[in-house]
Amino acid sequence: MSPRLDRRAAVAIGLMALLAILPLVATWLDQGFYVGQLRRVLIFAIAAVSLDIILGYGGMVSLGHAAFVGAGAYVVALLHWHADRGIEVLGILPGTMQSLATIPAAMLVAALLALAIGAISLRTSGLYFIMITLAFAQLVYFLFVSLRFEDAGRSYGGDDGLRYPADVTVLGLVDTTNDLGFYFVVWTVLALVLLGAQRLVRSRFGVVLQGIRDNERRMRAIGFPTNRYRLVAFVLSGAIAGLAGALLALHESYVSPSLMHWTRSGDLVVMVVLGGMGTLFGPVIGATLFLLLEKFLPDFTEHWMIVFGPLLVLAVLFARRGLIGLFDKRGEEARDGGH
Amino acid sequence: MAATDALLEARGLVKRFGGLVATDQLDLSVRRGEIHAVIGPNGAGKTTLIGQLTGELRPDAGTILFDGADVTALPAPARARLGIARSFQITQIFRRFTVLENVMLAVQAREPHAFRFWKDARRDEALAAPARSVLEETGLAASAGRLAGALAHGEQRQLEIAMALATSPRMLLLDEPMAGMGREESERMTALLRRLKARETILLVEHDMDVVFALADRVTVLVYGRAIASGTPDEIRANPEVRTAYLGEDEAA
Repeated sequence: MSPRLDRRAAVAIGLMALLAILPLVATWLDQGFYVGQLRRVLIFAIAAVSLDIILGYGGMVSLGHAAFVGAGAYVVALLHWHADRGIEVLGILPGTMQSLATIPAAMLVAALLALAIGAISLRTSGLYFIMITLAFAQLVYFLFVSLRFEDAGRSYGGDDGLRYPADVTVLGLVDTTNDLGFYFVVWTVLALVLLGAQRLVRSRFGVVLQGIRDNERRMRAIGFPTNRYRLVAFVLSGAIAGLAGALLALHESYVSPSLMHWTRSGDLVVMVVLGGMGTLFGPVIGATLFLLLEKFLPDFTEHWMIVFGPLLVLAVLFARRGLIGLFDKRGEEARDGGH
Repeated sequence: MAATDALLEARGLVKRFGGLVATDQLDLSVRRGEIHAVIGPNGAGKTTLIGQLTGELRPDAGTILFDGADVTALPAPARARLGIARSFQITQIFRRFTVLENVMLAVQAREPHAFRFWKDARRDEALAAPARSVLEETGLAASAGRLAGALAHGEQRQLEIAMALATSPRMLLLDEPMAGMGREESERMTALLRRLKARETILLVEHDMDVVFALADRVTVLVYGRAIASGTPDEIRANPEVRTAYLGEDEAA
């Protein structure tokens, strides 16, 4: 392990510790509002890490990742909504609020969606791949906008979104009403996703993925069916994004199609690039900074976007390896991609 | 038909790019255990030929047989797994990986595609041990831990060959392995090819005539996508058509 990796691991552990302490301090200071804000940050961090697997390690610039987050969120939302009303989904499947069932279901649906979108999109590359993932995501977006299932005056709400009760026990651990407890469930999920992704990118599969990113031609010449590997990565990434979506649905108790609007996908890309592509923990930093700025800049000025935009540009200009790169020692040989 | 001593055979190969015929009714047969050199002036279609033989390019007509089996429709990865390995004229390596990691990846390529997501691949002795022995063989052992992108040009060319060898191929297609090399590097590469000659079947595309005539068992001369002659180095040297089309200019220069 290189010294730089040790540094980055130290940064990751330090910041995860900070993210564990902050809500405790906030609660102690009677500022419970911030616990919810930070929980939302962590949920988006999970989505950003999932995007980093394909973007940073696979070289696949997907502008449709929010579709998987949104799909995961809607699965949980719809299951709750139906369970609440006692109506079967599509007339066959009973709704449920058991998160041990709804969360895996959300991941499965997101994975299947990623399989369908990936199988077609991965026939292209470069700019075309960006455009086709964007197009598919917008397709999914408009599908949910037009989702106006009516049943005795109760509807899915289309672009108004959907409200549903979400007072449940998360994964058999704690109730969503327990602000701090739910926070630590999400924190733990993020930690596990980071550890799992870390193993993944160093595994045989992960090394192949990075090889494809760096030189697909050579990979094919030595015998790797590159698209199959890409597709597996895309589906895995989609499943984790679905997990983030499921947690978001439990957190918000409300979903709307705006979750999967293409600008949301763009936000995720910005989080990854801002924090550091191909670093796994970088996107956590990126998501944190992005969402906190987005949340609190408007308190200072209504023209906050004029500040926000240039800040992002400066960050990308001056931190070429992302914000996490700022923690690296000076003059170290550039060698990104998690190895 | 298949029971010949040809390991790789092309019959009536045609490849057009728009109006340009890059490969024109080409027949080629590489026998087991030989070094078969393909020479020809720039633009003769040598790299296009390699592209078709390895599956990167799809020919417009003709068939390609490997060990008697028709592989014309197989994509590049499938052909590689049958044992057709190649090196590139323009170096194609993983610059951000170490030299050892480059070769380990090639070793991994020959194994079944078990999607393994958990164990650290870089500490996998099952990959590292064979990779190290290939590095030993190709004279790169001392550079194993360096980043491939930081190697000198000549070493990167050696790494090209090492990666091809690490897939345990049944046949090597080498596209100008000496490209851009200095005298000394070139001699080292020639020595390496001479060692490989003892046990590998090789199709060698090369500009350096000294190397071709020193190593090749047979030579095919390509001009405008057509094979104008094929034979032993002596036959090729004596062929008047070849002399005017190719060797003549070369010697005059």
